[in-house]
Amino acid sequence: MSQATTAVQKEQHSEHHQELSFLYKYILPLDHKIIGMQYIFTGLIMAVIGGYFAYAFRMQLAFPGEIVPLYGLVGPGEYNMLVTNHGTIMIFWVAMPVLIAGFGNYIIPLMIGCDDMVFPRLNRLSYQIFLASALVLILSFFVKGGGFGGAWTAYPPLSSVAEYSLTDWGSSLWLLAVALEFVSFLLGGINFITTTMNSRAPGMKMMDIPIAVWFIVIAVILFMASVGPLIAGAVMLFMDQRIGTSFFLPSGGGDPLLWQHLFWFFGHPEVYVVLLPTMGIVADIITVFARKKLFGYRTVLYTAFATGGLSFVVWAHHQFIAGIDPRMANVFVVTTVLISIPLAEMMFCYIATLYGGSIQFTTPMLWGLGFLAAFLIGGVTGIYLGASAIDVYFHDSYFVIAHFHYTFFPITIIGMFAALTYWFPKMFGRMMNETLGKIHFWGTFIPFNCLFLPLFLLGLAGQNRRVYNFLNYPDLARQELHDLRVFATMSLVVMLLFQFVFIYNFFVSMFFGKKAPNNPWEANSLEWSIPSPPPHGNFKTLPSVYRGPYEYSVPGRESDYWPQNEPPKK
Amino acid sequence: MKKSSNQTVFLTTSEVSLSNTSPRHKPPISNGILGMTIFIVTEAMFFAALISAYLVIRSGQDEWPPWGQPRLPIETTAINTIILVASGVFMFFSHKLFKKNKIIEGHRLMGISILLGSFFLIAQGREWLELIEFGLTVSSSVYGGLFYLIIGAHGFHVLGTILVLLYYWQKLKNSKNQIELENIFPFQILWYFVVIVWPILYTLIYLN
Ligand code: HEM
Ligand SMILES: [Cu+2]
Repeated sequence: MSQATTAVQKEQHSEHHQELSFLYKYILPLDHKIIGMQYIFTGLIMAVIGGYFAYAFRMQLAFPGEIVPLYGLVGPGEYNMLVTNHGTIMIFWVAMPVLIAGFGNYIIPLMIGCDDMVFPRLNRLSYQIFLASALVLILSFFVKGGGFGGAWTAYPPLSSVAEYSLTDWGSSLWLLAVALEFVSFLLGGINFITTTMNSRAPGMKMMDIPIAVWFIVIAVILFMASVGPLIAGAVMLFMDQRIGTSFFLPSGGGDPLLWQHLFWFFGHPEVYVVLLPTMGIVADIITVFARKKLFGYRTVLYTAFATGGLSFVVWAHHQFIAGIDPRMANVFVVTTVLISIPLAEMMFCYIATLYGGSIQFTTPMLWGLGFLAAFLIGGVTGIYLGASAIDVYFHDSYFVIAHFHYTFFPITIIGMFAALTYWFPKMFGRMMNETLGKIHFWGTFIPFNCLFLPLFLLGLAGQNRRVYNFLNYPDLARQELHDLRVFATMSLVVMLLFQFVFIYNFFVSMFFGKKAPNNPWEANSLEWSIPSPPPHGNFKTLPSVYRGPYEYSVPGRESDYWPQNEPPKK
Repeated sequence: MKKSSNQTVFLTTSEVSLSNTSPRHKPPISNGILGMTIFIVTEAMFFAALISAYLVIRSGQDEWPPWGQPRLPIETTAINTIILVASGVFMFFSHKLFKKNKIIEGHRLMGISILLGSFFLIAQGREWLELIEFGLTVSSSVYGGLFYLIIGAHGFHVLGTILVLLYYWQKLKNSKNQIELENIFPFQILWYFVVIVWPILYTLIYLN
């Protein structure tokens, strides 16, 4: 390479290691670790808003028409707005930023042994667009008419005609926020894939990449391949709302089902987009705390590819009763049942990893195991819904709500706590309090089940979703059904209260916790070979990798772990 | 000293601290090109969705284009199509010359390509003005809506890509160094994509 290039690089190099001012370090950072934390903290704040919304509308369901403490009266339109934005926030502003963008940013460069993402400025831009999208969404709650209330799936014509939705600006801002958010993740995604492919430490072969990194990358690939149609749909919906086109309006020659296809073509892969990062993180956690090699590394990886591929051909299982051709429905029943096979296989690999391990019940491990147990129920009930004959009855009932909360809650909330408690020592250089951590785990996990198991029963009893007040319907107002609703709501309140334990533990540990060593969990992957928290630039010298990340309890070795970068003995 | 620079510059420079301490072997596909390829996959899906939306809505209509809507100018747009394709060909050869390190010649071809691309854009703009005069607007029918949506989405891509290419063309004129080329390659590839999409859209929307 020419001298000029070297000189330019040298110059940047020295610039890069200057002491950065507060502004450039924390407000406009290029460092992937800080950007990751920005995503995580923004996501956590959004989670508080999403949780607060859930509190308000669950209280309305349990005590209809009464004033909700700390909220006020929930009107019918407002109920719709709360439900819609709860779903939108939890999926697009919590699950995706925390697990993909947040932890993806934080751990990918550390786990593959490089100093930063390959496109740091793109990375910073991605966060800024994300922040803007969150602000636009929050703004949409306060415009005239209030926030959008047409469900997170935004089916037209309800979402496209202001006279129907009664939220003229709310709908458009909601759509704008979602579109901005996609652009942000697009930029981030380009970074994640390119970094993982091109910047791995010398010696790290494809099959030496930790599953956590692999799965985030596969998730991002799925996202990139599926988001185009939704962006197209969003542009069309926006034009329908604002400039008088009629792509989704039958009255003007359009087709409302078209939106459903565009939405679910993205929507189903999206569930795997959020699932895979947590699945990967849990793979890393359970191997560390079972002190065992991951059972079937390649199988786990290939099942993820299979799941990802199949997830593009199952979307119409959300539309069984939308008026699609029944012959087409049959095809989608088959693909939907097929997709459970690789997922089940992955599950078995995880269980086989645990089998016979010397399991340490640390807080991150509890979250990891809790994830597997809860997600199992979510996955299995999905197979029921995938059979169109059953789904004709279950569609749009609380059974569906319970199904996807048994998938999304473990993924988003349990997965987030697993990752946070596992990498907390690395991120902040301190240990979290284990006792409080366990109290918080049980205080979340038990109420979670008490909250969503009753919803299966309510769904079986025929309770529809998106209803403001069930007491208006004699069949659904029966006392035994209402008791279940009250029980679910009370469980939610208990669960929310236990979150204060976490908040306390999180912030107190961040400043006063026990100092964390480099490798508190005795784990193998590269991020544990450097100081906690890692310095700017991460590794002093480029690490060399000699083996895969899951060499635990290898026979004939003194210690039961074997860091990836430890040179083999001659 | 021969150094591996896998840290390509994408819109702007990225940091290269570690490559100073220990050489990382050069990846088969540079960062910029890999990143752009991923982006193009998303773009391809975006256009695929627009095309399927077009086909779905058209299949639900008895008469296409709907009664009373103007017909599209097939011949002039055919010429315009040739111009855009020619621009793509020039870009292709410019890319080849750059790779052979013939920067000045490549730079010249790139300029011609940008010029042709801009001509395409202007001709499209004139066509739009005429069509609006003839009564084809976004809200005149779902036909008009689809036309402006799809052709507009493509035009927007042409405009954006040309602006970026123009920016780098200008920079290259002043510096003529290798780093600039690494920046340009991904956008040349994006230009191929934008060019290749057009004949498909033309066949679908104009020649029906
Ligand atoms: C074995 C795997 C799975 C199968 C077979 C499956 C199947 C289904 C089916 C058939 C429906 C449609 C029910 C209806 O609306 O009538 C559905 C809804 C849903 N599923 Fe799953 N699912 C699976 C895994 C997941 C995962 C991993 C997630 C989340 C990460 C998820 C999230 C959802 C959501 C959010 C909905 C409801 C969407 C809505 O209407 O608002 N599912 N699932
Ligand atoms: Cu689905």
